[in-house]
Amino acid sequence: MKDQIDEQALLKGLAISDKKAVETIYQENFNMVQSLIINNNGSSDDAKDVFQEAMIVLYEKARSGTFELNCQIKTFVYSVARRLWLKRLQQQNRFSATSDNLENLIPVENELEEHEKVNVEFELMEKALNNLGEPCKSLLEAYYLQKQNMHVIAANFGYTNADNAKNQKYKCLMRLKKIFFTDYKNGNDDGGY
Amino acid sequence: MEDIKILDAVERYIRGEMNPDERLHFENLRKTNAEIDLLVVEHTLFLQQMNRFGEWKKFRSSLNDVHTQLTEQGKIDSTRLKGKAKVVYLFNRYKRVAAIAAVIAGVTTISLSALVWSVSPKPPSSADYLELSRKVDAAKTKTDRLENDLAVVKSEKSSKPSIAYKTVGTGFFIDASGLMITNAHVVKNSRNISVFNEKGDKFNAIVLKLDINRDVAIIKIDDENFKQFSTLPYGISKNSADVAEPIFTLGYPRDEIVYGEGYMSAKTGNNGDTLSCQIAIPADPGNSGGPVFNKKGEVIGVLSAKKTNAESAVFAVQSKYIYKALEELKTNALYKKVKLSSKSSVAGLSKVQQVKKIQDFVFMVKGD
Repeated sequence: MKDQIDEQALLKGLAISDKKAVETIYQENFNMVQSLIINNNGSSDDAKDVFQEAMIVLYEKARSGTFELNCQIKTFVYSVARRLWLKRLQQQNRFSATSDNLENLIPVENELEEHEKVNVEFELMEKALNNLGEPCKSLLEAYYLQKQNMHVIAANFGYTNADNAKNQKYKCLMRLKKIFFTDYKNGNDDGGY
Repeated sequence: MEDIKILDAVERYIRGEMNPDERLHFENLRKTNAEIDLLVVEHTLFLQQMNRFGEWKKFRSSLNDVHTQLTEQGKIDSTRLKGKAKVVYLFNRYKRVAAIAAVIAGVTTISLSALVWSVSPKPPSSADYLELSRKVDAAKTKTDRLENDLAVVKSEKSSKPSIAYKTVGTGFFIDASGLMITNAHVVKNSRNISVFNEKGDKFNAIVLKLDINRDVAIIKIDDENFKQFSTLPYGISKNSADVAEPIFTLGYPRDEIVYGEGYMSAKTGNNGDTLSCQIAIPADPGNSGGPVFNKKGEVIGVLSAKKTNAESAVFAVQSKYIYKALEELKTNALYKKVKLSSKSSVAGLSKVQQVKKIQDFVFMVKGD
């Protein structure tokens, strides 16, 4: 029972990306996933990739608030990582059946579908930002992601005052929104939703 | 100016930074003005997306930090396992090469010993002795001289890396690990292949696959000085380009990288060949093997041959052939994992920006 409480606390920590929680989950699960990958034709770099991807799935799940812990974190991470790795192997046309005991697995298809969708959206945003070029990219990142104050931004980017910086930010934002929403719509059309 | 103020107000409204009066005023405005209402909805969605994106990015990078930190503290096995697994990994990776090398070594040994046996003198009669010793002497001086010559050649080779190159062309990367595409005729008769980046740094390369018919070669940089890329800025298109689509190429008709632009002339090559296409673009011999890009910055072909009797007819192998060629290469265990991307990250950029990003991945290829 105590374990379960601990795990709940860990997930709560993870949801706010608390460093201690992330470290604990990382430390307790990485080696397990690594041996899974390495025993199935992967390298330790693959293991790192797949494990971190699984961590992000767990993170999203923890943040969504709908995660009812009806299994251990370990089981969840292992199931997700295994599924991700099988998928990768399939993409590379290397069908290989992993031999593991299936009792410890839970179905994670829905989570992965959700995760893929989110990934596509974030890739869109990343692409849109990259396509903006500089200084727009850094300017918007400073304001919207790092939440810096306009005065600080004006000073860092060499604008004479906050209003000038605001002006520039506005122009950049309009361009970003245009790119983002065009891609967003196109992406949704292509995806055939 | 007005728009900026409106957006500013919308942002403050969404963040809840307005005072009650202002808020009431704004909400009224929102009710009466559909445009502003739409802007609020749209901007809320956008800001949410932006916020989540920011957190997602931060979490991703924090994972990497945690990974390095835990590895350093020895709390996870990452590096240790790497060391242990490395032997197995290397064995898997090179077992084919090792097998081939062993076979070659075996064949060489057998043929050499056969040779030695066949030319080795039968037990000499005494009359032949003197003669023979002189012969041995002569042979010895000859060998000495040969050895000296060899030493000279060796020292020349190491001190002067300049090899007399006979062919020059262009090549470009198809994956971040160092696989490149060029024309087969550039490398087919060469013992040494060197590739040069735009700055002139030289790397050695080896041929992995030659298709003389298609005039396409896959080569790989085999040089410890070569640092793998993280990603390529361009993708390799799986589709054919349309007729009249604008295209451009980068290549080394001279020592410096040269840009050229043109258009797709025909979707097929000579005699209706569907794996190549005809393009109109300025091309000189050094352009051989260069990439042909569409306006999104995706590789749509490999520049290959020029028809001598028609000035502007240039042919290119379509990029989908690259995928085909790679599939064949993948039968080799070493290259099973190679994956090409068809997505271009430079798609929305201006031509100048695209070329700036792409040119680091187009190399000069020389063969001796």
